[in-house]
Amino acid sequence: MAIGVHNVTKRFGDFVALNDVSLAIPTGSLTVLLGPSGSGKSTLLRVIAGLEQPDSGEVAIFGLDSTALPPQKRGVGFVFQHYASFKRMTVRDNVAFGMKIQKRPKQEIRARVDELLELVQLQGLAGRYPSQLSGGQRQRMALARALAVEPKVLLLDEPFGALDARVRKELRAWLRRLHDEVHVTTVLVTHDQEEAMEVADRIAVVNHGRIEQYGKPRDLYEHPATEFVMTFVGPVTRFGEAYIRPHDLEVELEPNARYEEATVEKVVHLGFEVRVELALAEGEHLEAQLTKREAERLELLEGQRVFVRPSRLTEVEEDAPGARVAS
Amino acid sequence: MLYLGLFVLLPVVVILQRGYSDGLTNLKDALDNFGAWNAIKLTVVMAFLAAIINGVFGTLLAYVLVRIRFPGREIVSAIVDLPFAIPTLVAGVMLVALYGPSSVVGGWLEDHGVKIIFAAPGILLALLFVTLPLVVRSVQPVLAELDREEEEAAQTLGAGSWTTFRRIVLPALRPAIVAGGLLVFARSLGEFGAIVFVSGNIPNDTLTAPVFITQLLSPGSFGATGGPDQAAAVAGLLFGFAFVVVLLTEKLISGRLERTS
Repeated sequence: MAIGVHNVTKRFGDFVALNDVSLAIPTGSLTVLLGPSGSGKSTLLRVIAGLEQPDSGEVAIFGLDSTALPPQKRGVGFVFQHYASFKRMTVRDNVAFGMKIQKRPKQEIRARVDELLELVQLQGLAGRYPSQLSGGQRQRMALARALAVEPKVLLLDEPFGALDARVRKELRAWLRRLHDEVHVTTVLVTHDQEEAMEVADRIAVVNHGRIEQYGKPRDLYEHPATEFVMTFVGPVTRFGEAYIRPHDLEVELEPNARYEEATVEKVVHLGFEVRVELALAEGEHLEAQLTKREAERLELLEGQRVFVRPSRLTEVEEDAPGARVAS
Repeated sequence: MLYLGLFVLLPVVVILQRGYSDGLTNLKDALDNFGAWNAIKLTVVMAFLAAIINGVFGTLLAYVLVRIRFPGREIVSAIVDLPFAIPTLVAGVMLVALYGPSSVVGGWLEDHGVKIIFAAPGILLALLFVTLPLVVRSVQPVLAELDREEEEAAQTLGAGSWTTFRRIVLPALRPAIVAGGLLVFARSLGEFGAIVFVSGNIPNDTLTAPVFITQLLSPGSFGATGGPDQAAAVAGLLFGFAFVVVLLTEKLISGRLERTS
């Protein structure tokens, strides 16, 4: 186990950012803390890094109680949402910063910086200043800087949050590959469930300062422990009393006793996926997600009468593995 | 530009024209006075020291005011402006009252061989007092706007608080510190009110240039020989000196900025 968080509580004035949170992060994993803004996920990451002091509880890094250690003694690498590049230093000096503090020999620093810049694909930009780099390049520089000190754990706070959608997607895939290469235990904070599903080995869903569920991405999706996890991880639509995934809604043209009647309100073609907005006879709205092929077979038109039923109800399992108590 | 020309450049031109219309004769006449050179030297040295000392302590004070939350912070912040709120002449009188030979503190110090009033330390104290807000107020807003994440990043990379301050905070503040220091220097070159009582105006010892210029303006009464033209010449010299220092420093700063932007 790389990181152990035990009963951590953190308040900012009257606001409870973390409410008795416990979490165990396995060595070598890429764990994502997923939650809406203000849920406490960034605070949890900062507590692990030592940038915030918890009001109570403990943080252990590789078995060593680090609660009282300042950030510089914890052996963590931290990447910030807004890069936190050292504006007055070149890319090379940025990356070398931590190693210079460790007083490593000059030649070793030089070689290591070159190696890292190649790893993050910034070779040739060593002499630039951060202001001369794009956002994506700055964030890769920040990553190289954090990796330079060979941290025991790598902590990323919304690392792609300030980047545009295309660069974000690229970097996400790149980070996943990098992690498979470098194997350093990584914790990433994000509010983007798609990002979480894509990069994570394990996801901890954070809400109101608590961990709602902790598990593998697929388990969260298929067996959400709480209604919050159900609605936050993956798309949902309401069908009567229950929440269902839009792709679990079957749409047929012929009436059938087990199906409910609905009217097509809008058909949105998104490429492979076609989103159909529907209204039930009682006026309730819901959404179906069809493949392009299905949609073509049905030849749906706006205003058309169709018949729907959920093929599968995703039950919220209050006793799902890892619910509330994360271990 | 017109505003600048009318209010700043025009008076300066008049002074220079008055002082130097006969070449360097006026300046030479003025400097022939006993202790004239030393008055200028003393002024420049004292102004330089004031700029350095207030540069350091003004920065520290600004750091404390911006970064450390403590009860009564607003009151301390208001006290920083106090030297600007009271007339400098009053400041001089206060210093004499505190450190003068007849006061408790001054008497004790004099018994131990430390002379403050009517000596160079007194001049320096007066200058430090009246110029205190300059560095604090130029550094404070820059410090308040500083990106805390850079410091946090340095910390996670293993930098302790002193290293973080020296490597991250200080470089960011440098232009503001230098600008504030320059203001201190320039203001100190011309300071009259706070010094005139404190220094004792002993020629060739504690007489400063601004006081010397005043003496030139009323020839006879202080034993200095000269007149408005000679005073203008000395003023022009001080002005030229200040101008060169400001230019050099600005060049230094913009050189640094070019490298970082």
